[in-house]
Amino acid sequence: MAELNTGDSGGGKGGKVRSKKANGKVDLTAMVDLAFLLITFFMLTTSLSKPQSMPLGMPEKPKDPTKEETIDVADNRSMTILIGENNKMMMYMGKFDAPLEAAAVYSFGKDGIRKKIIEKQAMLKQTESDPKKQELIVIIKQNKKSTYKNMIDILDEMAITNVKIYAIVAIEKNENALLEKK
Amino acid sequence: MSKVKMSKKATSIDMTAMCDVAFLLLTFFILTATAKQPEALPVDTPASTVSTKLPEKDLAIITIGNKGTVFLGIKGPDIRRKTLENMAQKLNIKFTPDEIQSFGLMDEFGVPISQLNALLKMKSSERNVEGLQKGIPHDSIENQLKDWVYAARSANAELHNEPLQFAIKGDSKEQYPAVKKVMDILQDQDVNKFSLITGLRGKDF
Repeated sequence: MAELNTGDSGGGKGGKVRSKKANGKVDLTAMVDLAFLLITFFMLTTSLSKPQSMPLGMPEKPKDPTKEETIDVADNRSMTILIGENNKMMMYMGKFDAPLEAAAVYSFGKDGIRKKIIEKQAMLKQTESDPKKQELIVIIKQNKKSTYKNMIDILDEMAITNVKIYAIVAIEKNENALLEKK
Repeated sequence: MSKVKMSKKATSIDMTAMCDVAFLLLTFFILTATAKQPEALPVDTPASTVSTKLPEKDLAIITIGNKGTVFLGIKGPDIRRKTLENMAQKLNIKFTPDEIQSFGLMDEFGVPISQLNALLKMKSSERNVEGLQKGIPHDSIENQLKDWVYAARSANAELHNEPLQFAIKGDSKEQYPAVKKVMDILQDQDVNKFSLITGLRGKDF
């Protein structure tokens, strides 16, 4: 296929025997190399240029702001994460006034908050028999000085640890004060 | 002793078919590849492990960067044109057919509507000069972003019979209130589900 037909096919005319010329083969290896290199390049750039995204569902805003609905949540299941300036994060369990576990500073990443969340999830699985009550509920509160990256980081943490129930809620004054103090 | 003669055949493989396939694929990828559009507002998106792909159409991207500057990008020229018509109707501003046409070709913009005429007259290379577009006003005094979002949603519902999806593309260093403000605008219109555009990273960090 890649041979060039240099020899004449007719031949035999006048009884003259011509010496057959060697077929000029073109070496396509380098061309194939180049083609595959470009394929790889285009394949990678097309699939990666599509932006990745993280779906986020927010709770519906109450239509009537005066009538705020409250949902009662078991103290041992509710974890509140406070995020402030310079990637500072604090976590407490239960109520703010009477926490089951007092607020402490945690770091982002696998050795920080993730370890704690997994630990809590495991503990709930052991202590609670009802599967409905085994799910950890995480409440995320960010103050004004925290960044968008913090928000993505903590939501990512939720995705990694498979926390199904979480909410982003406005921070309260006393929580903010605690965060600033530490 | 007789010498065993090794047959010294040159092992050259016919590369033609391989070459054909390679170039066929290459052509395919070149044609399907979408050239990266220059961004009017470059942002550094934070990374996450979640990698849900964004839809190709029926999507509006709200970009937040550079201290709360907000840009809006709507997919699909037809939706963009309809959105501008809706906006013109709502705010009683006239746009010529040429301007509407040229708005349809603009991927992303970030100017108050009063400056939109001037922006549409520019060439696309001039538009993306950094700092030229100051963002869509979205504070309590003048909330044009709300109107844009509403106009885009009704345009999409009318033309495609599909709800418009929203994605937020924020800069890592952006302060949380700036993002919260945009999310509030969406939530005020009962858009409670949206996507956050992120980069990729592994779980081990």
